[in-house]
Amino acid sequence: MFNRKDLLGLRDLTKEEIMTILNTAKEMKLQIDNPELRNNSLSKTSIVTLFFENSTRTKMSFMLAGEYQGAIVKDLGVATSSVSKGESLIDTGINLDQMGTNIMIIRHQMTGAPHILAKNVNASVINAGDGSNEHPTQALLDLFTILEHKGKFEGLKVVILGDIAHSRVARSNAFGLTKLGAKVTLAGPSTLVSNSMASLGVTVSTDIKEAIKDADVVMGLRIQFERQKNMPFPNLREYSNLFGVNSEILKNAKKDVLVMHPGPVNRGVELSTDVIDGENSVINVQVKNGVAVRMAILKLLSENNRRA
Amino acid sequence: MSSILIKNGRLIDPKNNVDKVCDIFIENKKVSEIGNNIEKKADKVIDATNLIVTPGLIDLHIHLREPGFENKETIATGTRAAAMGGFTSVCPMPNTDPVTDNAIVVEYVLNEKRDAVINVLPVGAITKGQKGEELADIGQMAKAGAVALSEDGKSVANPALMKNAMRYSKMFNLPIFDHCEDHRLATGSMNAGDRASMLGLKGISNDSEELIVARDVILAQSTGCKLHICHISTEGSVEIVRKAKEKGLPISCEVAPHHFTLCDEDIVDYDSNFKMNPPLRSRKDMEIMKKALADNTIEVIATDHAPHHIDDKNCEFEKAANGITGLETAFALSYTELVESNLMPLSDMLAKLTCNPARILGVEKGELSVGSDADIMIADIENVYKIDVSKMASKGKNTPFGGREVKGKVLYTICGGDIIVENGELTK
Repeated sequence: MFNRKDLLGLRDLTKEEIMTILNTAKEMKLQIDNPELRNNSLSKTSIVTLFFENSTRTKMSFMLAGEYQGAIVKDLGVATSSVSKGESLIDTGINLDQMGTNIMIIRHQMTGAPHILAKNVNASVINAGDGSNEHPTQALLDLFTILEHKGKFEGLKVVILGDIAHSRVARSNAFGLTKLGAKVTLAGPSTLVSNSMASLGVTVSTDIKEAIKDADVVMGLRIQFERQKNMPFPNLREYSNLFGVNSEILKNAKKDVLVMHPGPVNRGVELSTDVIDGENSVINVQVKNGVAVRMAILKLLSENNRRA
Repeated sequence: MSSILIKNGRLIDPKNNVDKVCDIFIENKKVSEIGNNIEKKADKVIDATNLIVTPGLIDLHIHLREPGFENKETIATGTRAAAMGGFTSVCPMPNTDPVTDNAIVVEYVLNEKRDAVINVLPVGAITKGQKGEELADIGQMAKAGAVALSEDGKSVANPALMKNAMRYSKMFNLPIFDHCEDHRLATGSMNAGDRASMLGLKGISNDSEELIVARDVILAQSTGCKLHICHISTEGSVEIVRKAKEKGLPISCEVAPHHFTLCDEDIVDYDSNFKMNPPLRSRKDMEIMKKALADNTIEVIATDHAPHHIDDKNCEFEKAANGITGLETAFALSYTELVESNLMPLSDMLAKLTCNPARILGVEKGELSVGSDADIMIADIENVYKIDVSKMASKGKNTPFGGREVKGKVLYTICGGDIIVENGELTK
């Protein structure tokens, strides 16, 4: 049920493909805390990470996900590589391909960069975040976490809050959740939530309280200062007053609401500290699940890889 | 070649309202006789039975890339591509390196060593280095042969400088070819809308174009400058131009074939051959372009031929250069999309590629009567074929139209009495 060479986004995946990944991840999760269950099944697979943007969680969990399965995992330090001498993305990829790389994991500041790379190399390419397009493995770990806690997707109300305009996480989640039957609301200030997002099959809202009402899942997103121009809102205090989620506002959601965040968190901006550390929060669980989901993706892709 | 006899062709001359089957005799670079059964002896006889014979096409908006970007195109290759497309006069934009902002570069472009095979009518920059800070050598460029002014690729951001450029250029009777884009609003890489949301690409909204169209129409009104809006692409821009024309202002505009044949929905898989500026707009905007062509709010079709080297295109979409080639596909796309689809008569479509651009330039071209320059296109409008990128004469292979089925093939291009294209092949 998963025959692809690459994992570029949730836009292209079928419901069945998504469920294959989530089911595989369930088995993988046991291996994280139980090293005796690990079996070196990827010992003949080489993995290279190419991160053109910074990362803590995604990069480290990919590297560990590979190593837990016995793969050879190397990081191309982009800043110290020939990219800094002006070597193009395609040429960089072709060189890594010639070295026998089976899987390339790329994060890039430009939308579509993983797609271009995938067209030019034999290795499998995993999108670890491209511009403001997609971050499929983050969405898959979010889906895994939701399924783990709610047991289903059908009919769930999932609210994604904050800097939607710049968020590849919101977009990948919107693609995935709508395919699986959840109802998705994207909410934030009108300068950060475009109405054309509605074409993705989601509800768009600028009223946080109304958006959160009866929600099963509330997902906060980081304000991405590094991608903003021309002041989408006056200042951080106004933002957190009008659009931040604190325990008071959270009362509008269902009692058993899941609070999620892809990290890194700006504490006190999109979510208040008591919400981040509160009993509904699964933010730390998401991180562990990230390793499980990435182990599953590496396993599935290595089985399909042309070289392997 | 001193004399050519074109036999039995269907002469279409929109300017003079002519559409009839006849013979045409050419000598001394001019049309010397038009009539039935001309029996004069000619050095060359072309049998144009079942073919149309029209004035050579005129393109107000192309990029020849020379000097500076000879890896993308040269005046030699670009004019050959133009001839293959039926064009006999082209206006290269000044965004070369160095920028065409002084008489020396204009003279360089016009120098016969550049090996142009058709008429090259250069456009000079509005400001020095296209930096938007001080006026270029407008008067001296006019003397050297520049036919218009443009900041193509960008807009003059400062309205006071733009206004002075309009007042000053009027003295030399140079129209301004206006690239309308507010750069502070246009920071994306494709049209804003559902498809951009779907692809995760930052969008360029219609207002970034319309704002400058409106501003410059107002400035044209206050200065009396002849303003020609380049590559119009949005419904709002068309409305502004329509209102300006109703008021009798000296405003004209052009649309590129890709803006009435493609829309943002055609962009899939980050193919940079669909990336240009202005971007492919919404389906609605595309339909509006066709309507505005039909009601003559848009009186010119211009290609914005923008050849690029493969290295400038085969990369990340957001990094890829803007622009596509257009000279070798313009006639067939226009014929197929506008005439075959019954949107307008053939003669009206041809006017947008011949006498209308000639009028804007103020040159005595774009018509085919006795005494006219022998600039002529002969085409087969029954010929159906698939566009073959590998056969293109342009150095640039960056077109989204490869493999597209079209109708209408240019068979002959004659410029100043010289046969440049014969039976669909270059002669030089």
